[in-house]
Amino acid sequence: MKLAIASGKGGAGKTMVATNLAWTAAQQGVKTAFLDCDVEEPNAALFLKPDIENVIPVHVPKPVINQDVCTHCGLCSDICRYNALAVLSDKVLLFNELCHSCGGCVHVCPEHAIHEEPRLVGHIDAGHAGALKVCTGVLKVGEAIAPPVVKAVKQQAGDETLTILDSPPGTACPAVETVRDADFVLFVAEATPFGRHDLALAIDLAQALKRPFAVMLNRADLDHGETRRWCEENGFRVLAEIDEDRRIAEKCSSGELVVDALPDYREVFTKLLEDVVAAAEITTNERVQG
Amino acid sequence: MKIAVTTSGTDLEAPFEARFGRAPHFLIYDLEQSAFEVIDNQANAQAARGAGIQAAQSVCQRGAQVLLTGHCGPKAWDVLQAAGVEVFNIQASTVANALEQYNNGSLKPAGGANVRGHWS
Ligand code: SF4
Ligand code: SF4
Repeated sequence: MKLAIASGKGGAGKTMVATNLAWTAAQQGVKTAFLDCDVEEPNAALFLKPDIENVIPVHVPKPVINQDVCTHCGLCSDICRYNALAVLSDKVLLFNELCHSCGGCVHVCPEHAIHEEPRLVGHIDAGHAGALKVCTGVLKVGEAIAPPVVKAVKQQAGDETLTILDSPPGTACPAVETVRDADFVLFVAEATPFGRHDLALAIDLAQALKRPFAVMLNRADLDHGETRRWCEENGFRVLAEIDEDRRIAEKCSSGELVVDALPDYREVFTKLLEDVVAAAEITTNERVQG
Repeated sequence: MKIAVTTSGTDLEAPFEARFGRAPHFLIYDLEQSAFEVIDNQANAQAARGAGIQAAQSVCQRGAQVLLTGHCGPKAWDVLQAAGVEVFNIQASTVANALEQYNNGSLKPAGGANVRGHWS
């Protein structure tokens, strides 16, 4: 089962929830993989502290133009939806940061002046924290296009019973790439008007991608239950709530897992794990039958 | 020699436009012929990214050697540099006013992009 932990914005507690859920599952003997897909700011490894066994480079195809053969006809620039090419009277310029490696220019060039070469855009740190498999996608500094690295991290999923995907926050391409084929999405949101606003956008995304989802409220007591009521009114299932607790912030800032450092939270995460898995199984069955 | 000027309109009296990549039009003025043509950049101006690159390509393809505009981003600058177009960052009321300033010979060429990219 692939479970994506997502949030409308950063700082809602997404990685805290994702790492603690994965750790809880692994402690129970469930064969689990944790895939950090937040490749622009991966930080789950700070909590899980895996031993890195393998560093896997991630490449994308980059068009290379043979300026000697090119007639500067401009067709490659015309076809490029991403405006990555500028054809001048005596040369063609490629802007790597805009290129999505779609191959359109290679295909369209009448002179066969363009071929592709691999370009390094990031890497994956693959390893284990105890029995938990941990893979972290890292986008190279200065790179703008994250989805190829997210895709590569997702390919690290093996025969695990449970795969937890730590999604990038927000609703842009990297989040879409993470969530699109998850069996279930758990949104972590803060109980504030802003948190609610971002959650609504993120839920729109899950609905557009037809992903079943539920919500977990972090710092749930901040707004006297207003966000919970809002979820209920809209028919969004709230699976768990964690109230504001300074101890959690302290443990997180020193890189500790809440379930290890604060035993009173073990039950919360054990129950959340059970509930998420149950909810995911129900919706999966419904979809199979429906 | 041809001079490109960014504008929201389509003639010499039209207002000068400070943006480059997202300018509605480019007026290309031919000094020898005392004539001009107008390039419509409105479709390109809607592009999420890379508008400056395509704008620079259009201006270069029409053979302009000078560009008078308000702001130019780093990628557009790279294209204009590669094509040998001289860029002047100016403030002007109309296209005609921009061309006058250029003819006076008092302008200093820009040394580089003067705005950051939209997403970097
Ligand atoms: S399509 Fe090929 S020949 Fe035409 S400008 Fe591009 S690289 Fe050159
Ligand atoms: S591969 Fe696609 S995105 Fe990249 S330059 Fe070619 S056409 Fe543009």
